[in-house]
Amino acid sequence: MSEAALFQFDSVSVGPPGARRLDGLDAALPDHGLTVVAGHSGAGKSTLLRLCNRLEVPSAGVVRHRGSDVAQRDPLELRGEVAMVFQRPVTFAGTVHDNLREADRDCDAVRGAELLERAGLDASFLERDAGELSGGEAQRACLARALATDPRVMLMDEPTSSLDGKATAVLERLVRQLVAGGTPVVWVTHSEEQLRRLADHVLLLADGRADRSGAAKEVLGDGER
Amino acid sequence: MESGDVGYLGLAASLVLVAVALTISRRLRLRLERDLVVSVVRGLVQLLVVGAALAIVIDPDTSLVWSWLWVAGIVVFAAATVKRRAPAVPGLFWIGLAANGATAVVGFAVTFGLGIFPVEGRTLVPIAGMLVGNAMKSGIVVVERLVEALADGRPEVEARLALGQPWSAASRPIVRSALRVALSPQIENTKALGIVFLPGAMTGLVLAGVDPVDAVLVQLALMYLILGGVATTTAVTALGTVRRLFTADHRLVSLPRSTRDTG
Repeated sequence: MSEAALFQFDSVSVGPPGARRLDGLDAALPDHGLTVVAGHSGAGKSTLLRLCNRLEVPSAGVVRHRGSDVAQRDPLELRGEVAMVFQRPVTFAGTVHDNLREADRDCDAVRGAELLERAGLDASFLERDAGELSGGEAQRACLARALATDPRVMLMDEPTSSLDGKATAVLERLVRQLVAGGTPVVWVTHSEEQLRRLADHVLLLADGRADRSGAAKEVLGDGER
Repeated sequence: MESGDVGYLGLAASLVLVAVALTISRRLRLRLERDLVVSVVRGLVQLLVVGAALAIVIDPDTSLVWSWLWVAGIVVFAAATVKRRAPAVPGLFWIGLAANGATAVVGFAVTFGLGIFPVEGRTLVPIAGMLVGNAMKSGIVVVERLVEALADGRPEVEARLALGQPWSAASRPIVRSALRVALSPQIENTKALGIVFLPGAMTGLVLAGVDPVDAVLVQLALMYLILGGVATTTAVTALGTVRRLFTADHRLVSLPRSTRDTG
């Protein structure tokens, strides 16, 4: 029997007729590696990602996570398993440690330092005011916070769109490490360069539908990766 | 003329101040003249009608049922007013009814249960009016603030939801902030009591010739009631509203002024 997809979309539509953000999407994302979802602005990339942790629900069709209908899952339990890092880093009031405790109430200094290390920040950041971090630092703090739920899947919604080149490279390297550690990642981008740099698998969206999908080598061609 | 009487001539004389407001509006081109006239005429007619009706209702020979019906009308009107100010919130009329109803019940339980005032037509209707009137204003503030803050704060709320927090936890910082905003004016009013302003009931009683110390005692009892009523209404309204703005599966509903990005 073949492996169940990480996420499978069966005839999924989102939005009212005439203003669909996804329109009868059929696609499957593999349960390993880094899948990049790409497409032009308005193609439905973020909407697709938000369906995966049920921040949105389809108006038609079914979304499955590892074979089970997402609509039948306890949303809080699902979101504990399927973490998400957003386009703009959203830190909460207080220190970075306070932010980590929002995800894991029992997060002590040792655990906090370990989470920050996985996100490329040293332990001194724990007591820093989260509101005073740079864009790149804040996004890594958000990654650490998302990791604090011990997720089995990581969703990244254009997480480098507000970062400079250096901060982007750091975040890409960290996520690569996450994938190497066995956590599948779904990464949304509109940047073709980033798509080519990162993708193991690709889903290209156009007008709310799957345009092309498959292994990056097949979809993008060997030479340019 | 007795000390507390105004009379129709006195009322007409007080319209001079409306003329001042009209002049200011005209000079500064505020274009509020029409609104000013409408509000003055409407207020005049409404209060004259209310005065006449009150005279009937508070008559000792009139059944108390009419006073209770009046109180019910006040609560229903307050709920409809709250609903009108935030149409984006589903079921807000019923939340407003519950909030203002709870305020009236708690207020009356304390007022009459502890014997602060006797249960009579002359106490029921004015106390309900003051209690619910003030509570309604705070209810409107808390609803408007909540809708605006949840729409503008969607990224933070969704970041919290994405961590697996339930709607109640994800909205808690925004609810707290909205409650503080709604409660602050009443708390400040209570602090400034007697220093910055002399409140309505006390002023009315003193103008009517009541001993100032007795007037103060009545006013204090009412101010504390209003403070409790405002706290009750804002809490019930805020909790009821925020519950309606999240779905059963912990998603924030679509709200006006939302700034969410979609790809």
